Amino acid sequence: MSTERAPLWEVFVRPRRGLAHTHVGSLHAPDAELALRNARDLYTRRQEGVSIWVVPAGAITASSPDEKDAFFDPAADKVYRHPTFYEVPDGVAHL
Amino acid sequence: MYGNDFSAPENTPGGGLLGEVEAAEAALREAATRQRGAAGPDADLEAYFADVIDADQKIEPRDWMPEAYRKTLIRQIAQHAHSEIIGMQPEGNWISRAPSLKRKAILLAKVQDEAGHGLYLYAAAETLGISRDELVQLLLDGRQKYSSIFNYPTLTWADVGAIGWLVDGAAIVNQVPLCRCSYGPYARAMIRVCKEESFHQRQGYEILHTLAHGTPAQKAMAQDAIDRWWYPSLAMFGPPDGDSTHSAQSMAWKIKRFSNDELRQRFVDMCVQQAEILGLTLPDPDLRWNDDRQAYDYTQPDYDELMRVIKGNGPCNRQRMEHRRRAHAEGAWVREAAAAYAAKHTSREKVAA
Repeated sequence: MSTERAPLWEVFVRPRRGLAHTHVGSLHAPDAELALRNARDLYTRRQEGVSIWVVPAGAITASSPDEKDAFFDPAADKVYRHPTFYEVPDGVAHL
Repeated sequence: MYGNDFSAPENTPGGGLLGEVEAAEAALREAATRQRGAAGPDADLEAYFADVIDADQKIEPRDWMPEAYRKTLIRQIAQHAHSEIIGMQPEGNWISRAPSLKRKAILLAKVQDEAGHGLYLYAAAETLGISRDELVQLLLDGRQKYSSIFNYPTLTWADVGAIGWLVDGAAIVNQVPLCRCSYGPYARAMIRVCKEESFHQRQGYEILHTLAHGTPAQKAMAQDAIDRWWYPSLAMFGPPDGDSTHSAQSMAWKIKRFSNDELRQRFVDMCVQQAEILGLTLPDPDLRWNDDRQAYDYTQPDYDELMRVIKGNGPCNRQRMEHRRRAHAEGAWVREAAAAYAAKHTSREKVAA
């Protein structure tokens, strides 16, 4: 079977109520419904989850590791985005 | 939900091999917390790759890696995946003839797990830039191998027990260190696989234990299965260290953590005690404790036989491959139908949109 005919799907499972969906792996399937059923059999055989998302792998755009530093720089150089940046005067409660 | 699914596992940290799997999982998480930026545009990629491996961190799919590292991983993970798929045959042989409904349900679930393991591993191999279709074709063309052990026949019900205990046992001893493999997707697949493999081993052991404590005929059947599966299981660890082609490089890259002979010794030491409790014997008259080495001395498997089996001339090689090729060929129209159905619905959605 050509991969064309059974494209790759990425599988996300939410383990329990209140938790976020987590990427658990991938599989090949001809369509979304079969991808969902196969993901159920493959990734939740042992009660690993209560909800499944399948996404065609081609629909995902990933950041690239070689541009990682520049791409995520703003998180590091704007220190004032972190609460620890600010000085709290002594004696202030509940702040 | 399946009738024989168990509920959530207990929260006791596992001892023994399962404990090692959990420790590997914890180490994986811990390594992820140690910050490491990506290689910059001018970085020496080879040095960076070596640093990541030295620091026991994981190489991920989009990182630069030496071509030989990529190739050896594809070879190893694919062979691993193929083994899971071909490995369904010797046990599948007994599904319709299992001696009780309980044993039949367990065996069905186990063979289903093996299909799942094959799929996890194909998915891990695909992250290295090769498609599953290509890998399957390499198997069907005989250009990639699978574990030699699956070329032996399952002659009695007791063989299903011996496979669970010895073959899955050897697989776990081999795979637990791979949970710490330097390639992230493989390590994560191995953690999943090992957790499931551990009770495959237990179900095999339970079958043998039941038979060994049954009628004399049942006990004899269990002993006969062990006699036939012992040496092929020892051979699963591969050739002795001196003759192993890939070992040194794989260990330097932290793909493998221990040599073939180290793992084989670990397996023997484990099995001696387990065989005693079964009340059965391992078919090696020279098996004895060596106080200096703090390990058991044992007779090596016949490596010439291993080579014959790997080259395609074991008892069931042709049968296994014919079965796989036939299933692939006869399933072609079903795959085409599924693809045509999917294409039809995609075009309808486009029209509706």
